[in-house]
Amino acid sequence: MEDAKSKIRTFISKTFRNHALQDNEDIFSLGYVNSMFALELVLFIEREFGITIENEDLAIDNFRTVDAMAQLLERKMAIKP
Amino acid sequence: MELTQQQLDDQARFRAFVEAEIAPHADRFDREERTPPELIRRIAQHGYLGATLPTSYGGAGMDLVTFGLLNEEFGRGCSSVRSLLTVHSMVTHVLLKWGSQQHKQELLPQLAGGELIGAFALTEPNVGSDAKSVETVAEPHGDSYLLNGCKKWITYGQIADIFLLFTRCEGKPTAFLVEANRPGVTIKPISGLLGVRGSMLAQIEFDGCVIPAENLVCRVGFGSSHVAATALDLGRYSVAWGCVGIGQACLDASLRYTSERQQYGVHLKEHQLIQHMITDMITNVQAARLLCYHAGQMKDKQDLRAVMDTLIAKYFASTTASKAANDAVQMHGANGYGSDYPVQRYLRDAKAMEIIEGSSQIQQITIAQYGYREYRQ
Repeated sequence: MEDAKSKIRTFISKTFRNHALQDNEDIFSLGYVNSMFALELVLFIEREFGITIENEDLAIDNFRTVDAMAQLLERKMAIKP
Repeated sequence: MELTQQQLDDQARFRAFVEAEIAPHADRFDREERTPPELIRRIAQHGYLGATLPTSYGGAGMDLVTFGLLNEEFGRGCSSVRSLLTVHSMVTHVLLKWGSQQHKQELLPQLAGGELIGAFALTEPNVGSDAKSVETVAEPHGDSYLLNGCKKWITYGQIADIFLLFTRCEGKPTAFLVEANRPGVTIKPISGLLGVRGSMLAQIEFDGCVIPAENLVCRVGFGSSHVAATALDLGRYSVAWGCVGIGQACLDASLRYTSERQQYGVHLKEHQLIQHMITDMITNVQAARLLCYHAGQMKDKQDLRAVMDTLIAKYFASTTASKAANDAVQMHGANGYGSDYPVQRYLRDAKAMEIIEGSSQIQQITIAQYGYREYRQ
């Protein structure tokens, strides 16, 4: 999961340049997130980890921090066929 | 473009369909401001209304490059009919991605088969580009939602069975499905448009319309960032390819006309100023097609840059279509201005493409912002 966190962190840091993002930091509170980024984040996680983000996964809390995204991923991978 | 044999075969099939069923009648659709229901049935029978849907939902399972080729051929024949592919596919694409299991199981097969026609209801009398500011309101009402508001310029709104409606719910952007025949929904046809006159636009009014909670698409608050963005990305892709089709139609018409018409004792094509316009048209149409093809490949690879590549393709292709149509009318002279030749329709239709699915000015801002973001990396 550390590997996954690192990939997510790298992706997000492209948008949050000059900011050392912590894994438990609320990315929405930093003021950089626009609507295109929100959808890109979904597409990135889907493509990078081969899962499908669905309707029910789309709670803001699942995407708020790197830790939260890693946890979502863990849950999704556990039920992946 | 390096198309596979399957894509080449599909392209030939699309072209034959458009040549037989659409192009010869497109001026009439424009004049009568309607698309005949028999044509829509034929389009559905060929699987084009479920083009991008998986076969498990009754779709044709096309990759995005193939869907692009379909849009180019439709756009070459008639931009109004191509608009049906656009808005209907936006709805199916959204439901496949963000619909509930119930939406997918019940609605997608009917949308793929053309038993239901879908339309995209975002724009309002007071809201265009600033889509997050929609004024239509959805209010929680027990196990249902109460809708009040008005949508305008809704393509195929006159005949759609189901609308993908964008509202504010609890103050947040939220999307719903609304059946056209629900009490409290009033559909008013809009006529007298400059172009895409066959695309049966309507104003849709919602006056105390009650819909069940299961009509919510995705979640409350995700209507703009996820639902509309997903739909508009596909819409822009479809429009971009449709513009390549307009450009190609202008080129075909101009090559033919300037080879047949004589002035000063020689064919128009012998005049260098005509050659200049033809050269620009050939070059720009080819460039637009390659940008669209590239965006399609990126989409098929699920590359994140596909969203921006689509914006770029749409911006360039719509500008190209307008310029090509303008030059095509110029080369046709008075014949181009009259109703005996289709180039005046191409010009009127092309103008719409610089306005819909993100105006050229919005693209000019968005693409530059993307450029700066990439540059900083």
